[in-house]
Amino acid sequence: MKNWQKYLGLIISLLAVTLLAVWPLITSKPVDREVAFTILKGIALASSLNIILGYTGYVSFGHIVYFGLGGYIGFYLISQQGWSIYPSMLAGGLIAGLFAFLLGKAILRLRGAYFALATIGVNMAVLSFISNFDLLGGPIGMTLNFNIYKEYGGAAQALQLIFYLMVAITLITIIVSYLVRTSKFGLGLLAIREDEDAAEVMGVVAPNLKTWAYVLSAIFPGVIGVLFFFKNGSIEPHPAFPLHTSIELIVMVMLGGQGTVFGPILGAAAYQRMRGLLLTTPIFKNIQLSVAGVLLLIIVLFIPAGVVGWIRNRFPITRRVLQ
Amino acid sequence: MTILLQVEGLTKKFGGLTALSDVTFDLPEGQIMGLIGPNGAGKTTLFNVVNGVYPATKGKVIFKGKDVTNVKTYEMAQLGLARTHQIVKPLNELSVLDNVIVGACFGRQGFGLGKATPIAEEVLEFVDLADRSDQLASSLNIAQKKRLEMARALAAQPHLILMDEVLAGLNQSEITEMVETVRKIRDQGITIIMIEHVMEAVMKVSDHMIVLNFGAQIAEGTPEVIQSNPAVIEAYLGDPKLAQKLMQKAME
Amino acid sequence: MDFLLASLSDGLLIGFIYGIAAMGLSLIFGVMDVINLAHGPVIALGMFSLYLLYSVLGLHPYFGLVIVAVVGLLLGMIMYAIVVRRVIDAPHLSSLLATFAVNMVIIGLGTAVFSTAPYNVDFSLGRFSVGPVTLIATRVIGALVAILVTIGLYIFLYKSRPGRYIRAVANNKTAAELVGVPSNFILALSFGIGTMLAALAGALIATFFPFTILAGGTYELKSFVIVVLGGLGNPVGALVGGLILGLIEGIIPTFMETTWVPVVEFVMFVMILLVRPTGLFGAKQ
Repeated sequence: MKNWQKYLGLIISLLAVTLLAVWPLITSKPVDREVAFTILKGIALASSLNIILGYTGYVSFGHIVYFGLGGYIGFYLISQQGWSIYPSMLAGGLIAGLFAFLLGKAILRLRGAYFALATIGVNMAVLSFISNFDLLGGPIGMTLNFNIYKEYGGAAQALQLIFYLMVAITLITIIVSYLVRTSKFGLGLLAIREDEDAAEVMGVVAPNLKTWAYVLSAIFPGVIGVLFFFKNGSIEPHPAFPLHTSIELIVMVMLGGQGTVFGPILGAAAYQRMRGLLLTTPIFKNIQLSVAGVLLLIIVLFIPAGVVGWIRNRFPITRRVLQ
Repeated sequence: MTILLQVEGLTKKFGGLTALSDVTFDLPEGQIMGLIGPNGAGKTTLFNVVNGVYPATKGKVIFKGKDVTNVKTYEMAQLGLARTHQIVKPLNELSVLDNVIVGACFGRQGFGLGKATPIAEEVLEFVDLADRSDQLASSLNIAQKKRLEMARALAAQPHLILMDEVLAGLNQSEITEMVETVRKIRDQGITIIMIEHVMEAVMKVSDHMIVLNFGAQIAEGTPEVIQSNPAVIEAYLGDPKLAQKLMQKAME
Repeated sequence: MDFLLASLSDGLLIGFIYGIAAMGLSLIFGVMDVINLAHGPVIALGMFSLYLLYSVLGLHPYFGLVIVAVVGLLLGMIMYAIVVRRVIDAPHLSSLLATFAVNMVIIGLGTAVFSTAPYNVDFSLGRFSVGPVTLIATRVIGALVAILVTIGLYIFLYKSRPGRYIRAVANNKTAAELVGVPSNFILALSFGIGTMLAALAGALIATFFPFTILAGGTYELKSFVIVVLGGLGNPVGALVGGLILGLIEGIIPTFMETTWVPVVEFVMFVMILLVRPTGLFGAKQ
């Protein structure tokens, strides 16, 4: 195989994201940029989740906890400690990763439904703890002084910068996802997903591999949380840890195809687009949640491998391209 | 002769049930050891305790001079112990090749992906699955899945392979092929313990045999010794005379 | 001291109702290994059904309960036939997502009809005193109904033929099928009873608390905590778990802010999963 063909899966994925990033720059409409931002956020979060969910087979139902946790840490550093956005993003990601490491050591021993339940419990525990934690604003949360955007050349400039940062994070997430998928580490994860006991008998040190997969899949949501709430200007407990969004992320991964690099990209873009359309179409506006529910049901019942998985199974030749 | 594996007084209890009691044997390097016994005799349990799936209740396992009692399965794999499962455990949604690469990457040698791939291909050639390497493991039939188990174990380039009923469910010609494969593996210098119910085959291929009944070790020795041991015959088939006839036939 | 007693008795009374909601979740998990994420919306449907029966049709709330139970049973059996049946042998992710999809459908339609504004069933039977403690009558009756339902469920599961079938399927589906248990119907029935219990719990709560279409979510999460306390798949454990949770909710406000209750609950939830996933009473492996 020619060298560049080996990277085709990655190239296609990066190209898709780049196109999405360039689109609002061409139309230069702020509303398009907002749409693109939301889709990119979905792609990056879904791709991170895919590392533990799709590659490793652990259903992290409350994965949004890392988004909220990172968001809170970063927001605190920016608003209360006067840090700039860059080190705050780093700190948000690192703390999320550290928390995932400590927590993962404990809860990754649970399998199947027990693990899923535990992650829901963790999300709710952190949410209710932060609602009581005055240092982080308790139930009211925290707000940013808008003067803070001056540092970045004003609000408009800051928004532009935030968008570019989102693009960069998304690209990095996808590269990491690809590197994991095609590495020995990733192969070990896939083996754990298929049969953890058999994998261990073959020498896969499952407890370590699982933990690192979990840490990786937590770091990016932590970083994105900082960026998102910096853009948002305020942070509150419930919007920071929405269990609902957590499940939407799983839907994105499932829709596109879990365990593939391209799947979460496709799934996130399709889901966010669909959601946007439902919200703006009068007949669906009031029941958009129901329509989304029916679609989810159709995916689960009829194409559980997701779109990319389905294509890969149906047309094996595409496996080299759609990774 | 170097002793590869020593099992000393190994006992395993599940609640009130004694699945293994006081099993002791030495396994010299380069041999094929046959492990036989009626159903429920504790053969697979012995494998599970030796390779760390279950902790031992009492006793010791020494592998390559190192006490490995109650060491985790993955550590055993890295030390050079591989096994196949009685009930096959393919990594279904991975290709046949990837299944074998997992064995090569995480086993004793811990190869990188680049090195593991040609080794896996070679092993697949050896077990005659090369033309299936791009298929998903789930699409193989049972005989092929048994060979896949074997390939994964081999790809690790282990010192010792525990084979759990690799002949079960195979037809006569497949058995002949598999026995040939087992011999070839031994000739590469890999030590083997095989649990087997196909008496004819295991008698032919083993250098040394152990018989378990109700968790206890009731006999040990060369196939010739085993086949004329009345306790074994009794335990195994109930009727010593009929059993003796059958076993003699197996040896011919 | 009086405050503690009052708080404890309130907690205990509501604990019975938490208990039957959790029993439904636990029964479904025990029989078919499905974690029903549509449990919360069914609880909310129970609340709104009672509201419609009482406030719109003018039926007596305790008579309305009977109708709510029947509707809950049928709804559950329909949910089983359309959705759950297809994911019962699939990996956990599929059944979690499928039941969550049902959750979205119900919440979506519910929001379209009722919005997310609070409702209440304007019904009261006053209060009465037992020694130093004053009890709210509707809560006492709610607890009594919950006890009756539990006894009824127990008799059904252990004395009736379909009940024994349910336990047989929970124990070993394949073996049950071999001896001629109609497992598909029995599974549908179990799911129906599970949702019936949720709907009943919702209706009982509606007799003394205001509610919104989203309120079921809170009780669903509480049910998770209870089910883990009592042991997944162990309905009797669920009732005891419900009482424990009720007591905890009663005790905590006497020495710290009420807002700490969920922190304690969810930390406990995760800890029990980690330390003793079979529940405090360790019934079923």
